[in-house]
Amino acid sequence: MSEPRPKGASVVVIGAGVTGLSAAWWLARSGIDVIVLDKGIVGWEASGRNGGGASHYQSPLFAEEQRLWPQMDELLGYPTEYVRERIIIQRDPALLDHYRAVGRMCSAMGYRVDDLDSRQAQQAVPLTDETCLGGIHLRFGGHANPQRTVQAYAWAIQDLGGRILQHCPALAIETAGGRAVAVETPRGRIACDALVVAAGPQAGMLLAPLGIDFPIASARAEMIVTEPAPLMAIGGVDGNGLYGRQTLRGNLAFGGGPHEWIATRPDGPSARPVSPLVRNLARRVAEMFPRAAHLNVIRSWAGIVENTPDGRPILDRLRDPGNVTVATMSGVGFGLSPASGHAIRDLVVDGACSFADIAKLGLTRFAGLAPDWRERRGWAA
Amino acid sequence: MRAVDVHAIDGKLAGPDERFEVVVVGAGEAGTAAAIAAAGEGASVLLVDENPVRGDLIGTDVPLFHGGRMTAAVQQPARMIDQLLASNPGIETALEAGVDVRLGTAAWGLYVNGPAMRALPAPMLGIADAERATMIGFDRLVLATGARDLVLGFAGWDRPGVMGAQGFAALLTRYDAFAGRRVLIAGSDALALDTALLALSRGIEVAGIVEVAEAMRGPVALVDRVRAAGVPIFPAHTIVAAEGGIDGIERVDIAALGADTRITVRCDTLVLAVGAIPATELLDAAGVAAGDAIALAGDCATVVRPEPCYVQAWSAALGRHAPPETIVCQCEEVSRADLIGVQPPRYLDRPARMAARSLATLLADGEAHPDQIKRLTRAGMGACQGRRCREQVACLLAEQQGVPLDRVPAASLRIPVRPVPLGVLADWHERAAMTAGWDVWFGIPTQWTPYAIIGTPEEAEQVVGLGGNMHV
Ligand SMILES: Cc1cc2nc3c(=O)[nH]c(=O)nc-3n(C[C@H](O)[C@H](O)[C@H](O)COP(=O)(O)OP(=O)(O)OC[C@H]3O[C@@H](n4cnc5c(N)ncnc54)[C@H](O)[C@@H]3O)c2cc1C
Repeated sequence: MSEPRPKGASVVVIGAGVTGLSAAWWLARSGIDVIVLDKGIVGWEASGRNGGGASHYQSPLFAEEQRLWPQMDELLGYPTEYVRERIIIQRDPALLDHYRAVGRMCSAMGYRVDDLDSRQAQQAVPLTDETCLGGIHLRFGGHANPQRTVQAYAWAIQDLGGRILQHCPALAIETAGGRAVAVETPRGRIACDALVVAAGPQAGMLLAPLGIDFPIASARAEMIVTEPAPLMAIGGVDGNGLYGRQTLRGNLAFGGGPHEWIATRPDGPSARPVSPLVRNLARRVAEMFPRAAHLNVIRSWAGIVENTPDGRPILDRLRDPGNVTVATMSGVGFGLSPASGHAIRDLVVDGACSFADIAKLGLTRFAGLAPDWRERRGWAA
Repeated sequence: MRAVDVHAIDGKLAGPDERFEVVVVGAGEAGTAAAIAAAGEGASVLLVDENPVRGDLIGTDVPLFHGGRMTAAVQQPARMIDQLLASNPGIETALEAGVDVRLGTAAWGLYVNGPAMRALPAPMLGIADAERATMIGFDRLVLATGARDLVLGFAGWDRPGVMGAQGFAALLTRYDAFAGRRVLIAGSDALALDTALLALSRGIEVAGIVEVAEAMRGPVALVDRVRAAGVPIFPAHTIVAAEGGIDGIERVDIAALGADTRITVRCDTLVLAVGAIPATELLDAAGVAAGDAIALAGDCATVVRPEPCYVQAWSAALGRHAPPETIVCQCEEVSRADLIGVQPPRYLDRPARMAARSLATLLADGEAHPDQIKRLTRAGMGACQGRRCREQVACLLAEQQGVPLDRVPAASLRIPVRPVPLGVLADWHERAAMTAGWDVWFGIPTQWTPYAIIGTPEEAEQVVGLGGNMHV
């Protein structure tokens, strides 16, 4: 097997999750020589273990996310299993009201949402029954297969001449004269003109030695999956306290519920255990889809996400070292990845995002954050 | 100041529904003996066994590879229980000794706190019968879960009649539900020779023993007994294909290694007895090792995996004759060509650029993991959790990388290690704290504020309005 030891690239990206991969893909599309480093295999962390949802109205990147997803298979050249639209159903009147209000808010923002009454919901979602009070139908958004998507990004980067180094952790960032000049790895020093840190939960640890406080806390989130059910016309159905989707194969994959705050290690999680939460998830899936309650649960798994204090992304080019761009999507980064990568590319190349105002996602908003902010929120491991 | 995150898992997971000082999984010889011994010492003991396994699971080869060669008896639970009790008198003895014996009850998940999880109120074992799941607390857990089959594929291995040695033995000795008459056996270690002798003792014809190695590998005494019974032996041979009709295989073509001569062996069953693997799925899925509180007993403690080079020799020999369309993963219908080409499943388009991708290009990017192959091709993603294909996938990865099999990481096993229906697994009586603290995602209201109103007077109002069970 080849063990490439590249000397460097114009841009080095630390982290081959969806954020780093999309950034590298956008850079490669601009003809820039890029290397992505990962401590493991592409998408091995949150990016390959998530719900695949892509409907994030709250984000300034949303319009770009919506524009890009329908084209991603073609742009990347590999399948992502992207499917449009989502339905959220509820059996609790208060939750139904809540989501109706969310629907109205989205409609007001110009993204069409239709209300579904119980009968319409049952028609659209054959796995539910009369216990479903109704729902909302998002005529935007959608979902994709996370694992296929990460690999599609990775392959597309290679097709454009970019390089991906797996099993190659960044150990430290070397700076000189106010710039990041190289990344130290077990395979040697990799020089760069510009650096992107998209290392998920590990980003804070990589940046701390540069004197940069990158405030994130990590937690474990869990999901379950069943054997295949008959395909529903719109697979992006969730609700009843769950997020998730029916895959194109038919499996019902859902997550939700409590998370566990965990300590972050520089070399990544030693394990990603699951808890008996699988039973609470199973219950909610069985309630949401009574007609699927006989289906076997065949797996459960967990992934680790980092969150910022306000739960919003940090997408920023630092002032010092000025050639470093930092990125975390704060727990909601899969769906937005086509757009987050574009924004990062713009920050790296032009210093500013060309298609959206992302000023409010800067790191400086956390200046003056109390050092014990995790404890104050109950987010300490 | 230390606050509490009401949406975090702390304090939400319930403790065990029931507690026993000793819990034993597996009511075979070793498990019943362990249960009886513990009861004799005055401990409260629970003994669970998944047998009789649900008919639908037997049909999908969970947990053992029965290859569809069983009688309708497996669909009659009452008969199966009688048969089970008859097959192991230890079960009755355990009952008499005061052991709480639950048959038809699968252990599907082991939960133990560790560095990456502190939320469990106690170590617990999840069990389930046909109606409901229960969490069991224990001081000591004994896993006497036996061994599972090592399965390698070839043309026709997905037809009824191809099965593993463990599955074969279970049908004969535990269920009395084997539906074949004439078996061919692959492998020649003690496992294979014992399989042949078992078959003969039950009046089943043994059509032959096929072995890739130059000579029989098992103990001479066993080899002699098998020879004395007149069983034809085919050393330095491999399987080309199992062929037959809708009722399953009727014959198996074998070929001498490195030669084109083929022999057709008439048989209705082909038993793969190349090796057995300790059935430690509960530990593997939990990511814990046996220790003071958790012990292994019986086959799952003593069975020795076959040497990597032997398994690889079989895999390579079978591979030489396996056409590209040979199925590797039965659950997801992934073919050998799909796997080697890391192609997506058939329900997806295969764009032109996919043609340039393969296991070889993937491996050139760095050491691959079977889970990565699973994510791309779906091999191992089905209900059997790769029991029928994990060794095949690992062998192909090893072969393509030119490394020994033991260099390839094991495909992960996941809880539940037995398929359990949603409605059975569900916690219908969850703790009030779980219900009250439940949020779809993290319950961080500011996460959902539309960007435009961040920093405007409207923000505070929206944060309140959007707080709680929010996601899209
Ligand atoms: C269970 C679950 C469900 C989710 N559901 C959704 C959803 O439905 N929709 C959605 O949009 N989002 C969802 N998310 C969130 C989403 O998965 C993440 O926000 C997103 O994947 C983050 O991508 P990333 O690339 O920023 O980070 P990561 O995926 O964490 O990638 C970071 C990468 O950096 C690498 N790395 C770390 N340290 C180093 C180092 N020192 N050197 C080299 N490499 C390093 C890691 O190996 C990793 O591959 C979910 C997450 C989970 C866990």
